[in-house]
This record gives sequence, C-alpha cells and structure tokens, in this order.
Amino acid sequence: MKKFVEMATIVENTAIIPEVWKMVFKAPKTAREAKAGQFVNVHRDGGQTFLRRPFGIVDADVDAGTVTIIYRLVGIGTEEMKDLRPGDVLNVEGPLGDGIFTTTPGKVLLAGGGVGLAPLIFLAKQLDHPIVLVAGKTAAETFWTEFFEPYAEEIYVTTDDGSKGIKGFAVDALPTIFSQHAIDRVSVCGPTMMMKTIAEASAKAGIDCEVSMEKRMACGIGVCLGCTFESKRDGKRYKVCTDGPVFSAKEVF
Amino acid sequence: MISERIAVEFAGISMKTPVMGASGTFGFGIEYSDFLDLDAVGAIISKGITPLPRPGNPGVRVAETPAGMLNCIGLENPGVDAFKRDILPKVHAACTTPLIVNVSAGSVEEYGQIAADLDVDGVAGLEVNISCPNVKEGGIVFGTQPEAAAAVTRSVKDNTKKPVIVKLSPNVTDITTMAKAVEAAGADAISLINTLTGMAIDITTRRPILGNITGGLSGPAIKPIALRMVWQASKAVSIPILGLGGIVTWQDAVEFMLAGASTVAVGAHNFVDPRAVETVAEGLDQYCKDQGIAHISDIVGQLEA
Ligand SMILES: Cc1cc2nc3c(=O)[nH]c(=O)nc-3n(C[C@H](O)[C@H](O)[C@H](O)COP(=O)(O)OP(=O)(O)OC[C@H]3O[C@@H](n4cnc5c(N)ncnc54)[C@H](O)[C@@H]3O)c2cc1C
Ligand SMILES: Cc1cc2nc3c(=O)[nH]c(=O)nc-3n(C[C@H](O)[C@H](O)[C@H](O)COP(=O)(O)O)c2cc1C
Ligand code: FES
Repeated sequence: MKKFVEMATIVENTAIIPEVWKMVFKAPKTAREAKAGQFVNVHRDGGQTFLRRPFGIVDADVDAGTVTIIYRLVGIGTEEMKDLRPGDVLNVEGPLGDGIFTTTPGKVLLAGGGVGLAPLIFLAKQLDHPIVLVAGKTAAETFWTEFFEPYAEEIYVTTDDGSKGIKGFAVDALPTIFSQHAIDRVSVCGPTMMMKTIAEASAKAGIDCEVSMEKRMACGIGVCLGCTFESKRDGKRYKVCTDGPVFSAKEVF
Repeated sequence: MISERIAVEFAGISMKTPVMGASGTFGFGIEYSDFLDLDAVGAIISKGITPLPRPGNPGVRVAETPAGMLNCIGLENPGVDAFKRDILPKVHAACTTPLIVNVSAGSVEEYGQIAADLDVDGVAGLEVNISCPNVKEGGIVFGTQPEAAAAVTRSVKDNTKKPVIVKLSPNVTDITTMAKAVEAAGADAISLINTLTGMAIDITTRRPILGNITGGLSGPAIKPIALRMVWQASKAVSIPILGLGGIVTWQDAVEFMLAGASTVAVGAHNFVDPRAVETVAEGLDQYCKDQGIAHISDIVGQLEA
C-alpha cells in the first residue's frame, strides 16, 4: 500500500476530556488511501521530539481530505501536539500498516480499552451495525461510546470501579454479549492483558479474533526492527508496523 | 536533479551522490521507494547480515532520548542465505543503486566465511560491522582491540574481491589506533561512527527502558563526537572515510566532509524524514553550485585548523 508524507494543516484540535484530545488535519492522500486499522506517524517539525509518534486512524474523510486521530497526553510529544492550533502544520506520514482489520460481512464485536478504541471507530463505520464493548477504568473514560453511537447496534460498557456499566474488566462482559448476539468475529484493541483475555475467551467460544498491537516504534515503515515479535503460529518474526498492526489473535497469544 | 558535481567513487564503488542510507536505518532500500527515488541514493547499506538468522533481543528495543534514540535491536536478520535468495534480487529489481552489505559474525573465521558467501553479483561491497554494541558474542572485542579488528579485516579481505569498508566503534579510547590497525590489515575504507553505548531508566518502575538494559545511541546527540572522530581518523589514515552519526541536514554533511569524510550516510534521521538521503544530496549539489565548488570532493578534509 502506498505511503505518503504530507504537511498537514490542522483543522481542529480539541480536548474530549482533559487528558484525551481529538485532532483533525488535512492530509488528502492519506485520507484517500486509509483503511481501518492503519495508523499515521506524526512529527511536529522544529519541536522537542526526535522521532515521529504513531496514532491509529479514527476517521478519514475523502471528500474533505481530512484524517482524524484521538490521542492521550502521556509525554512530550503528545503534550506538544495539544498546543497546535487550526492552521498550524503537522508532518504526517501515512497511511501505515499493511495488516488491517477484516471488513467482510458478519456480526462483529469491537472491543477496546482506552485509546485502543480509537482505530475501532474507523472500523465501526465500515461494518454493518457492530456490537461494541467499551472498557474504561472509570465512567469518565467511557466517553468513547458517543463516537460509536452512529454505527453500533448495541454498546456495552465495563468499568473497573463499576461507576458505569458492568463492574469489571472487558472480558467479564463477554458471556453476556455472546449469549445475546451471534457474534461471528471479534476485533480488539487495548492493553495487552485485555487483548489476551478476550482472545482466549473468544477462542473458547469458537469465535475468530483479531487484535491490533502496539509496540514502541522508531520508523513505522519496517526498517528499524524495533517493533517485531515472534509469532505463536509459525515462530517467525513479524513487524507490527508493516505486517500489522492488526494480526489474528492466534499469531500473538 | 542531481548533477555530476556530487558523483563520487568511494572504495572503488561508483555512486551518483556521496550520501548513503546507513545500516539498520535504511532497511534494504526498497522500503523507502514510496518516498524517494532509489536511483538518487549514493548507496544502500543493508541491515547487518549474519551467517545464521538471528531473532534479535527481547523486550523494548527502541527509546527516544534527547536529540536522538537508543536501540538494542540485536541484529535481527534473516541470515546470509535468505538474504541472497529473497532480498538481493528484490533490491536489484527495484533500482541500480549500489548495495553495500553490512556484515557481522561471531569469530574471525565466520567473518571470512560470510565475506566469501557474499562475493557474488549484485553486492557492491561489504561494510564490516566490528562494533555492534547489542550482541554479546565477540562484537565488543573486535571493535575495541586493534589486533582483533585487524584479524577480522584480513579474514574478510582474503575471502572477497569486493571493496571492504570496516565500520569502527566509537566506544574506544583512541579511534586512530583502530583506524590504523584496519588500514594496515587491508581495509579499502573505514566508516565511522557506529552507535555509542548508552541507557535510559524509567523512574516509576525503576527499571531500564530497554529490554537489553543498554543500547546504542544515535541521532543529532552524537554528531559532535562523530565529527571529532572522523577528523582524528582522517589525519591518521590515508584510506577514504564514510562519515556518519547524527546527520540531519546537508550542512551536517558538509561538516563531515570538511572534517575528512569522502562520503556520508544518514542514519536514524531516515526514520523522521524518509526522504532525507535524497534531500541531503540535493543540498550538497546546491551548495556546490552556490559556492562555485567544481566538485564535492574539493571540500573533503578542507577544515582549516
Ligand atoms: C500503531 C500504534 C498506534 C497507536 N495509536 C494511538 C492512538 O490512536 N492514540 C493514542 O493516544 N496513542 C496511540 N499510540 C501510542 C502513542 O504512539 C504514544 O502514546 C505516543 O507515542 C507517546 O508519545 P509522547 O511523546 O507523548 O510520550 P513519550 O514521552 O515518548 O513517552 C511517554 C510514555 O508513553 C508510552 N509510549 C511511548 N511511545 C509509545 C508507543 N509507540 N506505543 C505505546 N506507548 C508508547 C510509554 O509508556 C512512555 O513511557 C499508538 C501506538 C502505536 C504503536
Ligand atoms: C535502529 C538502528 C539499527 C542499526 N543497525 C545497525 C546494523 O545492523 N549494523 C551497523 O553497522 N550499524 C547499525 N546501526 C548504526 C547506524 O548505521 C549508524 O552507525 C548510527 O546510528 C549513527 O548514525 P546516526 O546517528 O545517523 O543514526 C543501527 C542504528 C539504528 C538506529
Ligand atoms: S517501527 Fe521500525 S520496523 Fe516497525
């Protein structure tokens, strides 16, 4: 898949909650090619960071030529990104990742936690009324539901502290979901433990599961080998940035 | 458009520009074909290839640090046989740019063997990595002891007709001793510098950030050290030098050339700007034009000190 570097003009950059921001920028080539599961690798030229920073694509509007990302403030790069104003420029490389989400027909469960939910929004848009599972530590971390509402048949919520939805972890909601819907496939993105437990529960229920992986990256284009892992399926090494980020759960766990 | 002004011959390899993609940061070149014209790259220096496939190091392998990054990839690569079978043909299908193969091995004999294995069509030259800080077996000894470095150089030279570039480690007290040792052993050129050993710590977990605890530092942070070493080495040897370490702009490249490097390579900055190898070359060409310099080689070693 073809990749581009675009000097993207910021269209919108706003806080959803204080720690999580949404950014929309003009990157028409990336927008045109983007597939669900792919990511962009961004750099604020002249800023504090050396390397680019990877973020999942949340939406790509071909007509407007815009790409949306949602990012959590965790360090120098993301703190710098939040200071960008409409009209400012961000150096965007994308769309990256040849391993994308499956979009073939079927009843799909999208399960995610934290910023792992970001790429699932783009996927939700392309599926026929998916079931969505939003997992958060607290109620404040479940704002994600609003992004899925236009596309989802039903949205389930779990919180670690029980302040909203089912009390517990994402995996604790699966028995309910599997009993209420005939799920053909599960697509999951979130913390490793969450992906692992959901992958195991799906396997037990005989349901295919794909996971979107996150690893520290330097290049994002398959050259540095910073992001590789050994496949549980064939023992070979795969690159998260180019072979993924989406893999069959059998490959990873 | 790149002109004859910056075309060079380095260690017997003809290059359209003096700017290469550094080992481990440029893949096999083809990964960059969406971003730049591979035929406008001086040479592609491959990821380090070893006699057998290597999985590399476990855990976190890359971390950003001020003005640079640490890596402890640990020479993950498919091994020399798979390289020749699967990768070499692809590179030549994609471009006519010289491919220099960066090699590492665990013993003097193995270095000779991998050199012999790569004495085939399509390989323009060998860059001998005697200095990978991220592998336990041998690496450090070859890179830091002049006798060991010379033995590796001789073993490689005895087993290939290709030009041999020996890549020196900066993790030494006196770079000139190493440079002289490999020159005397027959190296056609030297490249420097490889990464400097460093580390980073996560203060909340009190653990090292890298899986391998230590890693190799690269990027602009190391440029002053690289420049100093290129300058020192260039005064100590008469074989040509490929200078690298922290190059981002064409101005950086000019600094290296003034210090004595005949050619340069862009390393970690390729991750930031995948067009960098081409833009640095374009900058050098424009610089020659603007300054009325007939050929880029005219500035090599012209530091007034
Ligand atoms: C394919 C991929 C997609 C991603 N998508 C999103 C997304 O949609 N939204 C989002 O908010 N974040 C996403 N991330 C994580 C995001 O890249 C990091 O949070 C970001 O790079 C941190 O940059 P920083 O400079 O603010 O933090 P830094 O100062 O670099 O680091 C702060 C902390 O962030 C974490 N971190 C740094 N780099 C990474 C990384 N590459 N992966 C995971 N954690 C990291 C570490 O825990 C580190 O200690 C994604 C990562 C990958 C690999
Ligand atoms: C991720 C990464 C992998 C590298 N792998 C190799 C390698 O396999 N062989 C080698 O000789 N040098 C390797 N290097 C070192 C670079 O070729 C170069 O010498 C060093 O990074 C300094 O240049 P820079 O500051 O421009 O990156 C690697 C560097 C990085 C960042
Ligand atoms: S991030 Fe460099 S190979 Fe994946």
